Amino acid sequence: MTDLHRLSHLDQLESEAIYILREVAAQFERPALLFSGGKDSICLVHLALKAFRPGKFPFPLVHIDTGHNFDEALKFRDDLAAKTGEKLVVRFVQDSIDQGKAVEEKGKFPSRNGIQAVTLLDTIAEFKFDACIGGARRDEEKARAKERIFSVRDEFGSWDPKLQRPELWNIYNGKIHVGENVRVFPISNWTELDVWEYIRKENIELPSLYFSHQREIVWREDLVFPVSKFISLDNSDKVETRTVRFRTVGDMTCTAAVESEANTIDDIIREIQVSRTTERGSRLDDKRSEAAMEDRKKGGYF
Amino acid sequence: MDILRFITAGSVDDGKSTLIGRLLYDSKSIFQDQLEAIEKAGQVNGQINLALLTDGLKAEREQGITIDVAYKYFSTPKRKFIIADAPGHVQYTRNMVTGASNSDLAIILIDARKGVIEQTYRHSYIVSLLRIPYVVVCVNKMDLVDFSEEVFLNIQKQYLEFAKDLDLKSIHFLPISALNGDNVVDLSTSMPWWKEKSLLGFLEDIELHTEEESPAPRFPVQNVIRPQTAEYHDYRGYAGQIRSGHFTVGDSITVLPSGLKSKIKAIDTYAGSLKTAYAPMSVTIRLEDEIDVSRGDMLVISGEEPTTSQDLEAHICWMDQKVMTPGSKYLLRQTTNSVKASIRTLEYRVETSTHEKKEQANLGLNEIGKVTIRTAKPVAYDPYSKIRGTGSFILVDEGTNQTVAAGMLL
Repeated sequence: MTDLHRLSHLDQLESEAIYILREVAAQFERPALLFSGGKDSICLVHLALKAFRPGKFPFPLVHIDTGHNFDEALKFRDDLAAKTGEKLVVRFVQDSIDQGKAVEEKGKFPSRNGIQAVTLLDTIAEFKFDACIGGARRDEEKARAKERIFSVRDEFGSWDPKLQRPELWNIYNGKIHVGENVRVFPISNWTELDVWEYIRKENIELPSLYFSHQREIVWREDLVFPVSKFISLDNSDKVETRTVRFRTVGDMTCTAAVESEANTIDDIIREIQVSRTTERGSRLDDKRSEAAMEDRKKGGYF
Repeated sequence: MDILRFITAGSVDDGKSTLIGRLLYDSKSIFQDQLEAIEKAGQVNGQINLALLTDGLKAEREQGITIDVAYKYFSTPKRKFIIADAPGHVQYTRNMVTGASNSDLAIILIDARKGVIEQTYRHSYIVSLLRIPYVVVCVNKMDLVDFSEEVFLNIQKQYLEFAKDLDLKSIHFLPISALNGDNVVDLSTSMPWWKEKSLLGFLEDIELHTEEESPAPRFPVQNVIRPQTAEYHDYRGYAGQIRSGHFTVGDSITVLPSGLKSKIKAIDTYAGSLKTAYAPMSVTIRLEDEIDVSRGDMLVISGEEPTTSQDLEAHICWMDQKVMTPGSKYLLRQTTNSVKASIRTLEYRVETSTHEKKEQANLGLNEIGKVTIRTAKPVAYDPYSKIRGTGSFILVDEGTNQTVAAGMLL
């Protein structure tokens, strides 16, 4: 409260996120940082550097690899782990499918987004993670707007929005029973624009996908989809080459591109400032139903 | 640009969610795809239902009420805003306290047709107890009382009369219609008698100098950073967030509760070392002497020490189904400190709508009372009225791990 006026909004948000990361380090035995290769989790890594250097991170970076990732994102992930010297753990959705624990979706738009939760919960059990730090933001989606910064999940990884703990001041309660875990969202209070302005201010490197480039695409439900070996094309699909960039980076099967000439962070910020659609407007997985995200979170999704 | 965090409080159907929807809509903070989604969901009085922007849970949309706090964000060129949209129902008081605990300002909504009602008293009491520095009373649904200035002034008078007993530092009044957008973002042509700013204009311009200008410096230690590498062989830094005031290299420091003394040798950040750091910066402080400091300790400037005691007095808001009975033991968490504590006495319960103090044996869900607490180890704290960051605490039930109370030290 006091002296707040001395810090800019980005400095305040940064300080809050560092504080939350340090609370995770202090309150949990075996935390993990869920790293997807997207801009939000890249910011989390940058914030962790600020929270713990010159020491090491008190957690590994954990990537749940759906097998449908962009090559650029995977390379960026490996380079970042090498550059920071921090431990990277990768677990594969394909393994869950091969073991019969997860079943691949059928139909024209199959996505591995939902079954990612199976692999995540198995990974949490394998390493006995008691806290998983994620880059979700409350401005992304209405069910997320309801979620606490320390979000307790039961032994099935399930979120119960009606039974959330009160979260008072900045005193976070991470006490849990064996088998439960906490999802922690240090950048809950950031908006998409805050993230981009922070990336600019801190000069944070990003995968090239976020900047405009030429790519083969097809149109799916008015969205621009990257052509890849993971989507099935039929005669009705017309492949075109367009100048695009990605506003959010997830699986190649559910992340749509936007047509854009934005080549620099400044261009991107200008583009977002005038954009009339949300970031998740380009995510097919959220368009499935009015409560798609809420339902996924109840199922253990982060 | 800075941040203003505010909460909206009001009874069910006073139009909180509609007001927030209106603020977002008229300030052009709603995206096309969000609008299309709520347009699909149907209309109210021939207009899109703006409340659907904030009621994000299935159960909320089904019942048309707000169950839990939703956080919403928007910004103007002047300021970034974080809105805690809190439920109005009495049974969700704990969720309102959750939203209020981090707010700089409270918007209290009153239905112009109903005037000041019991919920207005209750919410104002909580706002006063949590010492939210600014209150804006929005008299809503002015369209339903013919935009009458007299109705507005009567409600203003009624509210001020009741607020005399409360500790509210700054109260402002605004006549609005959230449904139509009168005086929300733009000034209304229907109320030419209103010569002041719109709600947004007010939120943009309010100055955030809330507590005393030079509060005592407080630095609760979160972690000890000890890399133990060749390069940083002797590095021992205390990581934390400055809760109040500022710290400068060379300052004489007392560590609480031990009372050990040293001087600040360096203030480190990832971007480099600082000479002075202010609240609420997260930094790493190194001291000149190798003394025992660990998580839960607090660094303060020598000569400006807070109270250190095992006997505490506090107001608490009870948040658990299981009632609080004096004699019960809990884990008390204040700043980064955790200590076992026992509630010794319940002095009284406050009737939040009348401020009456009532004697009773225990405290139930959503009730507020004054207690005395004994802790297993000394706690360093300031009264909540002086420094919120060191005067607030929570109680955790060690059986269920639930947060069962919010506390404000006296």
